[in-house]
Amino acid sequence: MEDSRKGKTLVQLFLSTLYISAFTFGGGFVIITFMKRKFVDELHWIDENEMLDLAALAQSSPGAIAVNAAILVGWRVAGFAGMVTAVVGTILPPMLILTVISFFYQAFAANPYVALLLKGMQAGVVAVILDVVWGLGGKVVKERSLFLCVVMAAAFVATAVFRVNVILIILAAAAVGMLRALWLRRRVAS
Amino acid sequence: MVYLQLFLSFLKVGMFSIGGGYAAMPLIQSEVVSGHGWLSMGEFTDLITIAEMTPGPIAVNSATFVGIRIAGVPGAVAATFGCIFPSCIIVSLLAFIYYKYKNMSALQGILQSLRPAVVALIAGAGISLLRTVAVGEEALLPENVNWLGIVLFAAAFFVLRKWKWNPILVMFLCGIVNLGIHVISGAV
Repeated sequence: MEDSRKGKTLVQLFLSTLYISAFTFGGGFVIITFMKRKFVDELHWIDENEMLDLAALAQSSPGAIAVNAAILVGWRVAGFAGMVTAVVGTILPPMLILTVISFFYQAFAANPYVALLLKGMQAGVVAVILDVVWGLGGKVVKERSLFLCVVMAAAFVATAVFRVNVILIILAAAAVGMLRALWLRRRVAS
Repeated sequence: MVYLQLFLSFLKVGMFSIGGGYAAMPLIQSEVVSGHGWLSMGEFTDLITIAEMTPGPIAVNSATFVGIRIAGVPGAVAATFGCIFPSCIIVSLLAFIYYKYKNMSALQGILQSLRPAVVALIAGAGISLLRTVAVGEEALLPENVNWLGIVLFAAAFFVLRKWKWNPILVMFLCGIVNLGIHVISGAV
């Protein structure tokens, strides 16, 4: 009895994550909105405040936000089995779609019309990325913190001019942030 | 052992991309283009374009695409598993801590200084993509520049910033305009 109910939950979890993942364009933040609609409003598996905390956790952990959110929702709903189910449901649609595309890519890209279409779209995607950078960078500047601006400028020079390894830059930024947090705490304490 | 290499490369991507979405892009570029030479910068730009048009995280899309190109479906599975494995461990641990203490302020401290660095890294990757659009794999000289690409980029950036057009629509329009101009001018 207990087993069949858990089985049913897992099936529902799998189908929900599969569906959400297959039809969500536009990255992690969008998928969290869909998950909230499904798991909070529709299925009532998770309450709203908890979902907000899970979203914050998913965004602040390493890896893709969609996968992180699936891990958290899966654990919450059905433990380890739930986590595996939700993760598989989430990564299956992009894997299948990209598999099909990779098989056709060579033939696709060799076609002169498709190549021109792709080439034009590349200009568009760069604009999309730099538009996001502009928005995010603007938010950092608006915080009016010299420290954050220096971190941003230093990281940019390190990557764009000196081609420092990306992982080193991330580790350095995390270390600097940690030292600053410790220093601020000591200053408050004394 | 190409499966192991794919697994380890995307393990790094999964472990060090924080902030989602485009945060994975500079890491993928560093592993796949500069590190192993699995893709050229042009193919990488195509990959980002494809990833933008299809559902799913950029990291998972890239892992599948690169894995298949290098070692077929098993390669795709190895790479994808690599990129989600760190999440499964770290997020599970964080979830455990969250349910135990319900306190995330220590984490937020580190994230605060990580955010501007990640923005800078995405900017760096964006600029190397812009270079690919401008001169492809050639040297950065005036005679190599694809001026139409630059104009399309500038126009797309303008409508995205100013009028907040839908990004997918903007990308498609850029593609169609580029194709249209070449067809009309008889270049194809």
